[in-house]
Amino acid sequence: MSDSMNPSGIDTGVPDVTRTLDSSGPGTATQHERPDSSNGLATTIVKSWKAPIGFAVFTLIALVLFVILGRDGDSTFTLSADSDLIQLPDITVAARLTGIIVTVLMAVITVVAFLRVRADRRVPLWLTALLGVLFLFAFLTWVDAGASLPVQVPGLLVGMVSLSVPLIFGAMGGVISERVGVVNVAIEGQLLGGAFVAAVVASITQQPLLGLVAAAVAGAAVSFVLAAFAIKYLVDQVIVGVVLNVLVIGLTNFLYSQVLSKNAELLNSPPRFDRINIPILSEIPIIGPTLFRQTIIVYLMYIAVAAVYFALFHTRWGLRVRAVGEHPQAADTVGINVNSTRFWNVLLAGAITGFGGAYFTLGSVGAFNKEMTAGAGYIALAAVIFGQWDPIRATLAALLFGFASNLQNALGIIGSPVPSEFMLMLPYLLTIFAVAGLVGRSRGPAASGRPYIKS
Amino acid sequence: MSDAASSAPGSSAPVPSAPVPSGPASSGPASSPVTPAGSPTMGSVAPPPKSNQILRDIMGGSVVISILAVLLALVVGGILIAVTDENVQAASVYFFSRPGDTFNAIWVSVSGAYGALFQGAVYNFGGNTFVKQIKPITDTLTFATPLIAAGLGVGLAFRAGMFNIGGQGQMLIAAACSGWVAYSFPLPYGIHLIVAVLAGIVGGAVWGGIVGVLKARTGAHEVIVTIMLNYIAVYLISYLLRTPGALQAPGSSNPKTPADLPTAIYPDLLGGDFNLHAGLLVSIAATVFVWWLLSRSSLGFKFRAVGVNPNAARVAGINVKRSYIYVMLLSGGLVGLAGVAQVLGTVTSGFSSGIDAGIGFDAITVALLGRSKPWGIFVAGILFGAFKAGGFAMQAGQGIPVDIVLVVQSLIVLFIAAPPLVRAVFRLPTPGTAKKPKQPKPPRDSSAQAKPAAAAEAVAAK
Repeated sequence: MSDSMNPSGIDTGVPDVTRTLDSSGPGTATQHERPDSSNGLATTIVKSWKAPIGFAVFTLIALVLFVILGRDGDSTFTLSADSDLIQLPDITVAARLTGIIVTVLMAVITVVAFLRVRADRRVPLWLTALLGVLFLFAFLTWVDAGASLPVQVPGLLVGMVSLSVPLIFGAMGGVISERVGVVNVAIEGQLLGGAFVAAVVASITQQPLLGLVAAAVAGAAVSFVLAAFAIKYLVDQVIVGVVLNVLVIGLTNFLYSQVLSKNAELLNSPPRFDRINIPILSEIPIIGPTLFRQTIIVYLMYIAVAAVYFALFHTRWGLRVRAVGEHPQAADTVGINVNSTRFWNVLLAGAITGFGGAYFTLGSVGAFNKEMTAGAGYIALAAVIFGQWDPIRATLAALLFGFASNLQNALGIIGSPVPSEFMLMLPYLLTIFAVAGLVGRSRGPAASGRPYIKS
Repeated sequence: MSDAASSAPGSSAPVPSAPVPSGPASSGPASSPVTPAGSPTMGSVAPPPKSNQILRDIMGGSVVISILAVLLALVVGGILIAVTDENVQAASVYFFSRPGDTFNAIWVSVSGAYGALFQGAVYNFGGNTFVKQIKPITDTLTFATPLIAAGLGVGLAFRAGMFNIGGQGQMLIAAACSGWVAYSFPLPYGIHLIVAVLAGIVGGAVWGGIVGVLKARTGAHEVIVTIMLNYIAVYLISYLLRTPGALQAPGSSNPKTPADLPTAIYPDLLGGDFNLHAGLLVSIAATVFVWWLLSRSSLGFKFRAVGVNPNAARVAGINVKRSYIYVMLLSGGLVGLAGVAQVLGTVTSGFSSGIDAGIGFDAITVALLGRSKPWGIFVAGILFGAFKAGGFAMQAGQGIPVDIVLVVQSLIVLFIAAPPLVRAVFRLPTPGTAKKPKQPKPPRDSSAQAKPAAAAEAVAAK
């Protein structure tokens, strides 16, 4: 998806750059530059066998798990809750048969992938997604085989969204920040700061909306430190990020123990947002309860994802952000103030991430707790990289991580044959695979992590 | 000017500098040490890998900056303590009628806190026996033992341009390996200890080596991989700890290992009254080893060359990828020593999943504070060990949460990483502006000053 997206982004970029140049001076030399590089990209597709090999590995796992170690019995999937307007019937499948069918289908997909790569063509994303969904379905069937409780599909999905919200906000913040050229390891700190401030402000004012705004301010404040140190003092961005996380953890822990826990009624009992059912959409089976019976923060998240995607790839602002992140010298040459662009966008990224922090205290959990983000910021960072610095892909990656975390809860109820720790490990393992390039080559914005020293 | 710079898509293309050859060429000597000859006008300081920047910044600072940074962090910590103190809050309500009360309350709370910190970390004035009086300093050394080892690991990786944030995972794996040997294999006295220590080193080295191999083979960013491996290690260890037959103590339902056999425990250095154990000697030996490695061995020279500029190192015939693997193996092994110190020295009665005690992350701050130099890390480790020992004493005595230590530590690192900030706060002169350049930094400054001139020339030439 992004493979087709990036060139298109560059294409929209070319006229703008040349136009600006034409107005400022003779720009004949620039015209051949971008097309050259994009041609170069198009012709130098390296034959990558990583995807088919990865597919083959998963197919092999499926063969072992679902066929050789297959479990007999029926598996039931519940598709709607009792309160739903439209009731879908439960689906019951035979576990072993499903496992065999899915394994065959996966083998077919793997062969297709091999053939495509041999023919010098890419393996499309939907094929990977299809393989993943098939594997997942077979896995759930295998787990639930013979169990007395059905797999609650709506619960699984609602939990996924709930766990993903902070990840997605964090990933959006990460995408903006990295696209503009500042590595944002401080997502964790921004989330935690947002959660803390949201809880305090909402508790004092009894207005969750004010808490939400305060969370954005807190996230931006953490970002401010990051930006100041990274851009003004040229401190390595990863170090600042890591240290900022420690700093925010220390600060919030200290203030929690010293102030919040002593005045919990006044300072740490935030009112939570109510769920808002969107009239017609919320009655769609499966999708409705998952997406349209949520709090305002979640709706804000949908808007944020769409807005970040649109703004990044279809507006002047986005073009500038990407230019600054990819080639600051060039951006500077056409009159973009690199460092101030970076500064304000890192602040914006922090504010967006702050919303995600507010979700902890105003949406899901309630009162603030020590280190309540529990590494969500790092997972969001992983989602950014897994999603290849693309807002939509990063969102999907965050959803995947949310699903994996939630799967562990769901399987705990059914009684999983796989230890829960291994389910919890899954997102991190996936990220390592992603980063190591088994899933696809991930290449960040060229100038990300490098301070720009204007000379 | 504009077409020249914009037509260079990457810094790797020296050709497009054709339009304005005269300008930069004439000012070439000033900027030549830093920038390759091909970089023409605008800030195309063909960025050496980002790690070099920070490394140079870390190295380039002075001891004065470090001390002032610690001071500044303590002041900020003091403000936090004062603001959140209930007596101060109560007195500040009537600040304008009797300001003395507020200042008195501030003094009482801050001096009480830092006094307790000092007494918990260095010398206990209230102790009625000699043992009680000097126990704090030995506690500091005990806390410093794993910090030094892990700090050395992180610092060594820094020197080769790698960020090892995976201290937590490496410590956990090392602790598991070492602990497993320590409680399950009865071996003769002496040999058992050595085998257990080696097992821990190997465990840490393997966990760190994964990162090096992935970085060398696939270019995977070590920060991401180490963070992810931390989580994997946490879940792996907590699974093993609750699985009978793996690490869980037989007959127990707690996620905890059996106690170490006495043959595998680090012997006490000062007798049973103190917690100080022989792990400190191992940490000192490790410091000497890293010093020797970095400044006397050819491998260490390669590491440093790779850290300063991997491209130049490659040109000079150094196998950069292999260096990444080696340095991560060594780094993981050193961090593993910290896990060993925890298991065989501090917590010998069986450990649970919190055995790393946040040392993996503290090690980053230790390495930064120690400027990635072995003896600097040694001193920084002792300082942070003092913070830890004192922090717990402060929490017990004054009721101030130990988390304030985290704040102070991270502030120290932030301030140290940004010398200009500290200089601005204390109004110190910037080195290189008044006197002639002497550090590796000034050339960059002078080139930065020279370049606008070059650009101006270029414009004028057009």
